[in-house]
Amino acid sequence: MLEVRDLVAGYGGVPILRGVSLDVKAGEIVAVLGANGVGKTTLNRAVSGLIRPHSGSVIFEGAPVTGHSPTRIVAAGLIHVPEGRKIFPNMSVRENLELGSYRRARANRAANLERAFSIFPRLKERSGQFAGTLSGGEQQMLAIGRGLMAEPKLVIMDEPSLGLSPLLVEEMFGLIARIAGEGLAVMLVEQNVVQSLELASRAYVLENGAVVMSGPADELKRDPRLMKTYLGM
Amino acid sequence: MLKLDIFLSALANGLMTGAVYALVALGLTLVYGVLHIINFAHGATLTAAMFAVFVMHSVFKVDPYLAIFILTPLFFGLGYAVQRFVIGPASHGDDSNILLVTLGLSIIIENALLAGFRSDTRSIDVPYGFSVVEVGNLFLSTPKLVAFAASFLVALLLWLLLARTDTGKAIRAVAREKTGAALSGIDVDHIYAVTFGLGAACLAIAACLLMPTFLVNPRIGNAFVLVAFTIVVLGGMGSILGALVGGLIIGVVESLSGLYFGESLGQIGIFLIFILVLLFRPTGLFGAKA
Ligand SMILES: Nc1ncnc2c1ncn2[C@@H]1O[C@H](COP(=O)(O)OP(=O)(O)OP(=O)(O)O)[C@@H](O)[C@H]1O
Ligand SMILES: [Mg+2]
Repeated sequence: MLEVRDLVAGYGGVPILRGVSLDVKAGEIVAVLGANGVGKTTLNRAVSGLIRPHSGSVIFEGAPVTGHSPTRIVAAGLIHVPEGRKIFPNMSVRENLELGSYRRARANRAANLERAFSIFPRLKERSGQFAGTLSGGEQQMLAIGRGLMAEPKLVIMDEPSLGLSPLLVEEMFGLIARIAGEGLAVMLVEQNVVQSLELASRAYVLENGAVVMSGPADELKRDPRLMKTYLGM
Repeated sequence: MLKLDIFLSALANGLMTGAVYALVALGLTLVYGVLHIINFAHGATLTAAMFAVFVMHSVFKVDPYLAIFILTPLFFGLGYAVQRFVIGPASHGDDSNILLVTLGLSIIIENALLAGFRSDTRSIDVPYGFSVVEVGNLFLSTPKLVAFAASFLVALLLWLLLARTDTGKAIRAVAREKTGAALSGIDVDHIYAVTFGLGAACLAIAACLLMPTFLVNPRIGNAFVLVAFTIVVLGGMGSILGALVGGLIIGVVESLSGLYFGESLGQIGIFLIFILVLLFRPTGLFGAKA
């Protein structure tokens, strides 16, 4: 469904990603793991059109989308729920969700709004509240809910567990599993190695702008190198 | 009794003028709120719109109120195109570049108008120019009353657009969270251009409402924009409600200080307010806390 090939991207001509290749297949949860600053967010930004890759290609459902505008990429059904949530703080929860269907699935807005509220009942209670006044966890739910409003075929989630309490992280991962269970592909970009590997079927590990390990989650879980680097074991 | 009537009539005049000021300020505050820049071409655009009304009336015999329906879409389109194809590409996303580009535009527009119309002051003659409506003991200028009502209507429509439509919501989204907007499939460049177009459209309407009672010369817009800027600061940068309330306050202050301190001192009250607001409430009446 998503094929990234030899992707080189960065800021102001300086490459951060140095030739990344990875795949996400339909209905699959794929984890992309890595420490701070290895280029995870840069990868997401290049895939979703926020920055133009220097070289390499991004293919979504068989069609190249390399260098396309975010507008076109959203229209194609590839939705990026960004790090830091990037919700609209000056607008109500409901309006935030509505704008998720600005470009795609507008006709199903009412039904999808109900669906988002059923997945995140807490958002329903706060539907009239300004999004900027939500707690961090609620903001993360809103960001995901907004992404779902577009009826995505594939969602990229950039560190959905960032800044959440352990209990809430547990809840968030449960919700992601539930969303993926409905058949949509998820590229889960995380630092939370253990829980991500529980959820994902496959994973890639990024270091310094390149993939250094990849494989089925079960195998990576037992990989001594991964344990050593990320869990200090 | 006479004294009260004079006061009330100055008050009413101030409110009526203030509503048109508000309309000019609306465009300025909207562009500021979304693009986070002061559009230095705002005054020149208003002047151009007023000349457009003048030409429509004197050459094509189109009534200024009818011209609203021609010039509003025209100026929306012009504003859209200028932002999308000139200011946007020329500024490379750098705010200080946008300032310079709009400043350059204002110089070009002003000089083109000077070349075309020289520095003469012109006005148009409409049959209702001096007609009045009697309200109690007051005689209110009909065209000013029309301008008052129309300005409120425009502010209401603008508010409805921003509150209820997808485009309006996208404008508010882009104003605060560009990246989040882009990732929701909102075309940020398009929304910038729409916002700029709306600002220009407000000016076209203001011009059509002003011309029946006002005159035009190639520098007239600057006087309005100074007032509009005070309104934007008073109401709160980027606030629609602030522009409306601020416009009415400034109109009334100008009119009353003109009444009590003399015509030539009317503007001093405005600048006094400007300085007081900056000193004591820099975010304005309805502005977001910084
Ligand atoms: N806008 C930018 N301009 C210049 N450099 C940037 C920019 N954004 C990120 N970088 C640099 O790119 C590198 C990779 O950043 P990136 O955000 O992709 O890391 P990350 O893997 O997402 O890290 P984290 O887990 O902390 O979010 C970092 O060294 C960072 O300083
Ligand atoms: Mg990151």
